Amino acid sequence: MVSTPRSAGTADMVRASISGRGSRKGGKVFEYSLLASLMVALLFLAILLADIFRQGLGVLFDRGLDFVTSPLSLNPETAGIWQSLTGSVLLTILVALIAFPIGIGSAIYLEEYAPDTRFTRFINTNIRNLAGVPSIVYGILGLTMFVTFTRSIGLGGGVNGRNMIAAGLTLAVLVLPIVIITAAEALRAVPNSIREAAFGVGATRWEVVRYHVLPSAAPGILTGTVLTLARAFGETAPLLLVGAATGFFTTGNAGLLEQTTGPYTALPVTVFSWARQPDAQFRELTAAAIIVLLVLLLTANAAAVILRNRFERRW
Amino acid sequence: MTETPRSESSLSVQAPGRGTGRSRSERPIIFDVQGLAVNYGDFTAVAGVDIDIRQNEITAFIGPSGCGKTTVLRCFNRMNDLIETARVSGSIEYHGVDLYGEGVDPVEVRRRIGMVFQKPNPFPKSIYDNIAFGPKIAGFKGDMDELVEQSLRRAAIWDEVKDKLQDSAFALSGGQQQRLCIARAIATSPDVVLMDEPCSALDPIATLRIEELMMELKEDYTILIVTHNMQQAARVSDRTAFFTVDVGDTGMRTGRLVEFDDTDKIFVNPSEQQTEDYITGRFG
Ligand SMILES: Nc1ncnc2c1ncn2[C@@H]1O[C@H](COP(=O)(O)OP(=O)(O)OP(=O)(O)O)[C@@H](O)[C@H]1O
Ligand SMILES: [Mg+2]
Repeated sequence: MVSTPRSAGTADMVRASISGRGSRKGGKVFEYSLLASLMVALLFLAILLADIFRQGLGVLFDRGLDFVTSPLSLNPETAGIWQSLTGSVLLTILVALIAFPIGIGSAIYLEEYAPDTRFTRFINTNIRNLAGVPSIVYGILGLTMFVTFTRSIGLGGGVNGRNMIAAGLTLAVLVLPIVIITAAEALRAVPNSIREAAFGVGATRWEVVRYHVLPSAAPGILTGTVLTLARAFGETAPLLLVGAATGFFTTGNAGLLEQTTGPYTALPVTVFSWARQPDAQFRELTAAAIIVLLVLLLTANAAAVILRNRFERRW
Repeated sequence: MTETPRSESSLSVQAPGRGTGRSRSERPIIFDVQGLAVNYGDFTAVAGVDIDIRQNEITAFIGPSGCGKTTVLRCFNRMNDLIETARVSGSIEYHGVDLYGEGVDPVEVRRRIGMVFQKPNPFPKSIYDNIAFGPKIAGFKGDMDELVEQSLRRAAIWDEVKDKLQDSAFALSGGQQQRLCIARAIATSPDVVLMDEPCSALDPIATLRIEELMMELKEDYTILIVTHNMQQAARVSDRTAFFTVDVGDTGMRTGRLVEFDDTDKIFVNPSEQQTEDYITGRFG
């Protein structure tokens, strides 16, 4: 141990500078203002939820499952959300069936096959732009294109093509850019070393994608796409344009084809139409329907997370 | 695996001043490289490479960082095809066939010319599947279990993994992963194995094992290895290519082959001053 004359002074200086006396005021202010923003956001959310639950829980407790299984009605005492619920579920399945293969396929093409040219970059940028287009615009597209299309292939049903098939196509196109973007991001997250390793042992591009890239990207693709379904599940505006019923109608025990070609509605559309009823009782029904909607969305998101963890835990 | 008979040349290993082995010059040339240059877009990464690679030899690529060793190595199995900006010019003949000629299927090329990458890159799958993937897609019909065992034995890793073949390859240490990658590369019975700094992340013991492995493998394969480790090049290789970087007026750094000769010659009595400077500089 050699102690130089300077060491005591140096130690003091070091101590002074690492203890940072009074020098972090700005940082603290910043930190607290960030916390405050978060609190404001949470507060609004909490008020909103509290209000909905206050109004809606009563209906759910009184009527129980009956509220879910009863058909739509003008009578608030007996009105339920059965057609809306089945409509939403069928619609979401339809959207998944249309948007997933096309969206994931496009993402695979863009990420794994397409050469990096101006043209592909142009397409990529525009897919991003499309994801930001307001949903009502998609509704108009659905009205002019898919309603006509559905009618022209003879699936117009009794509603002139303003049915679930047209709605499914519309919502599928609406979520397509988001499906492509999330799937492409999941594919991009697969390290290139895996691709090189597979090419290195003589795999074709398809084998690389099929056996290595897709399995690695699957958890990400899955979560991303399930979340886009949640988006489709909650859409209202475009459905109003492609004919989702805001009044009540009867499905009786119609078959699947009649349900998809006939009149239909969806949960958020029912929320919308009930919210416009002057009757105070309908306000409670609206809140109850919102609770059902939220529970379904949360379940879907939780399912996405669980599925992802399941996949990821494999290795 | 110690039973494998060694050829005269590898028996006479006495690094670095070992005899060059008379039979070597008679070994058939399997790669004939002429005027090879690689561009990434407008940037010429390396140019003017003329070398010939002989069968059952180990050829080492040495040179300072950025001189294009990896770039050149990746030309041999058309791995540069995967980099969109990369353009290969000049010619590489493989058994007399132009590797970049029309009608040559890069997939078929990579089945014959395996590669071990600088960073161990096992598939995120089981140890078993890591080995079995290559043979499976190549349509291997024989006993897969046996092939997996044989490949792992040859890569000197069998004893460490034989009880956990179904475990994730990611659970292995870096050195074990690298040997797994070597096993994966030889499972498809290639003709040539390209190794890009296979030992750069390994401890001296693992390095030694891989060097021993290379000496064994060259009985059956032709090996090209990139290394920053002079001693390693001197110890294992039969011939050495020394690359350097020329800095142009515009500041463009282009790699160039300076000298290509028997390893003993390069290390003991190089023809070029640059080679000597590099080698002695490294040895201190
Ligand atoms: N994909 C690429 N795109 C553009 N330039 C590249 C690419 N890969 C390599 N280069 C450039 O080519 C030159 C040679 O790179 P290379 O990787 O072949 O060097 P190296 O000799 O292997 O170096 P090291 O010893 O550091 O691995 C470098 O200037 C590098 O920046
Ligand atoms: Mg390199």
